[in-house]
Amino acid sequence: MSETMHSAVDTGVANAAQIGMRLAGPAVDTTHGPILYLEGITVSFDGFRALDDLSLTIEDGELRCIIGPNGAGKTTMMDVITGKTRPDAGTAFFGQTIDLSTLTEAEIAHAGIGRKFQKPTVFEQHSVFENLELAMKTDKRVRGTLSARFSSTDLDRIAETLALIQLGNSADRAAGLLSHGQKQWLEIGMLLMQEPRLLLLDEPVAGMTDDETMRTAELCQTLAGRHSVIVVEHDMDFIAKIARKVTVLHEGSVLAEGPMDVVQADPRVIEVYLGR
Amino acid sequence: MNATIPLRLRTALNAPVHPVLTRRGWIAFIVAAYVLFVLVPSAHLLLPANHPMHLSEYFVTLTGKIMCYAIVALAMDLIWGYAGILSLGHGLFFALGGYAMGMYLMRSIGGEGVYHSDLPDFMVFLDWKTYPWYWSFTDHFAYAAALVVLVPGVLAFVFGYFAFRSRIKGVYFSIITQALTYAFMLLFFRNDTGFGGNNGFTDFKRILGFPITAPSTRVALFAATGVAMLGALVLCRWIVQSKVGRVLTAIRDAESRVMFIGYNPLYYKLAVWTLSAVLCGIAGALYVPQVGIINPGEMSPANSIEIAIWVAVGGRGSLVGAILGAFLVNGAKSWFTQAFPEFWLFFLGLIFIVVTLFLPRGVVGLFSRKRS
Ligand SMILES: Nc1ncnc2c1ncn2[C@@H]1O[C@H](COP(=O)(O)OP(=O)(O)O)[C@@H](O)[C@H]1O
Ligand SMILES: [Mg+2]
Repeated sequence: MSETMHSAVDTGVANAAQIGMRLAGPAVDTTHGPILYLEGITVSFDGFRALDDLSLTIEDGELRCIIGPNGAGKTTMMDVITGKTRPDAGTAFFGQTIDLSTLTEAEIAHAGIGRKFQKPTVFEQHSVFENLELAMKTDKRVRGTLSARFSSTDLDRIAETLALIQLGNSADRAAGLLSHGQKQWLEIGMLLMQEPRLLLLDEPVAGMTDDETMRTAELCQTLAGRHSVIVVEHDMDFIAKIARKVTVLHEGSVLAEGPMDVVQADPRVIEVYLGR
Repeated sequence: MNATIPLRLRTALNAPVHPVLTRRGWIAFIVAAYVLFVLVPSAHLLLPANHPMHLSEYFVTLTGKIMCYAIVALAMDLIWGYAGILSLGHGLFFALGGYAMGMYLMRSIGGEGVYHSDLPDFMVFLDWKTYPWYWSFTDHFAYAAALVVLVPGVLAFVFGYFAFRSRIKGVYFSIITQALTYAFMLLFFRNDTGFGGNNGFTDFKRILGFPITAPSTRVALFAATGVAMLGALVLCRWIVQSKVGRVLTAIRDAESRVMFIGYNPLYYKLAVWTLSAVLCGIAGALYVPQVGIINPGEMSPANSIEIAIWVAVGGRGSLVGAILGAFLVNGAKSWFTQAFPEFWLFFLGLIFIVVTLFLPRGVVGLFSRKRS
């Protein structure tokens, strides 16, 4: 799993930087509603349908939780949104105007969809501050980087992100010295520095302590509203803490959708997932 | 923007400072400049030879030569210590810079060679009647100086572009650079390549009209090398202290993550790689008039490996460590090759093993405490 992820990072993001050089990405138009619109998405692997006619709409500023048993297609759905996997059928739109099927992985990232992978990777030798500095949305060509200076806006953005991810007191620490949970937050912070409109978090609390899990829940709630957030998680306590609207995936399509308590009471959901 | 953020945190953040040199660094820099440009020249030129403080010709030439090596070590540290790219072919760029300067020095000999010809002796020996085309204009110092920069620079740029674009990394990259310098060595060994075959260039008479072995010329070359070394140090420090330096170390530690946040490592690597090669070329050009010879032996794979050892001994990723390593290893070498010439290579191997096992951060690691 993680191997395929890495190879994709190596190939798909080959031209991420070329794209990153164009400073103005396409503007996301959400004047008429949703920020993400998936309809009839089907993905087959050798005849096996990992996603089967999946339709999903995420409103601008929404915090959406996606749950479902292993193999339900949650990660594959994120792969489709980020351009890593191309659907065999169906349409995927970012806002009203951006057809995700026409963009490369790098272009999608640049258009404003940020994704956090399951395994955190931060620059261990760099300080927390420097990690955020490197991730900051700015001119990333060599010459611009050589003459980069901090504006007060940059510093405000970094300070604000540090406060959000609760690492304000660790700004000067090497990232390698952080706890596993703190690294996850730093990685979320690095995503935030790129100012995405839509954040995809794949199992953000995997491996965290209970305390860290609860703090991550708070972080997710703070993020909602400023960004649209999709969280995939197995941890039901975590989901219960943050959930507004929950989508249950099963065998590649939506089984149920609604508030947490309604979904939890749904007999079909209990049968495939919660009841086990 | 958000009420949950304490005001204290939002205002307490100052822009981090990344000075080119610290206060102590500048003091050391000025002391070094004083020693190089005032003390050494006057102790060599002004004090009589029997004075206890007199610095001999041997000392000045040896120190000048080691300063050239120190520039190469800086160049190596920039690419290896910061960007994580181990080149085992930097001796090639050094030699190419040396050969470019050597062409000018050969032409400055004029008709004073053994055969009293306008051509260098080795061309007369080959029965050549005119200079080959690539020797054109090399009688002009400015043109030769341009070659010193351009030949290693263009070669490194083209080689680097294809190697980095194909994502050749780690030990594969190191092996290819070894092969590259080896191939060039074989090419330069051939007499009909037009660079004097295995004898290379030697017997220089003058540089810019000044007799090349005169004490004042020697001191001028020594001072020029000092300027180049200190200049290279400040330039490299400026780069590694800028945000580019932080991108380079990020590429070293997690390259795919760097791509993911929107940088293209190719251009970062290519830029420092090319600069590194150019610094080596300049070092080679300063080396040749001081030691009075350049031959294809400088391109031998072992030479390039030694460069990496200097940096490993001094300490990677600190720049000052590279200079220190070049001085320590080459100082030891010049003593050893006089006292026990046959044991030098064993000793070098031993130093390398000891440093790798016990001093992973090199000699500078002994002085700087671990970053908490
Ligand atoms: N590259 C692939 N090749 C073949 N099958 C795959 C591939 N990626 C995912 N699958 C299959 O698709 C199904 C959905 O996987 P995934 O999206 O990772 O599920 P989840 O994240 O919900 O656990 C699984 O049965 C998985 O084995
Ligand atoms: Mg998954």
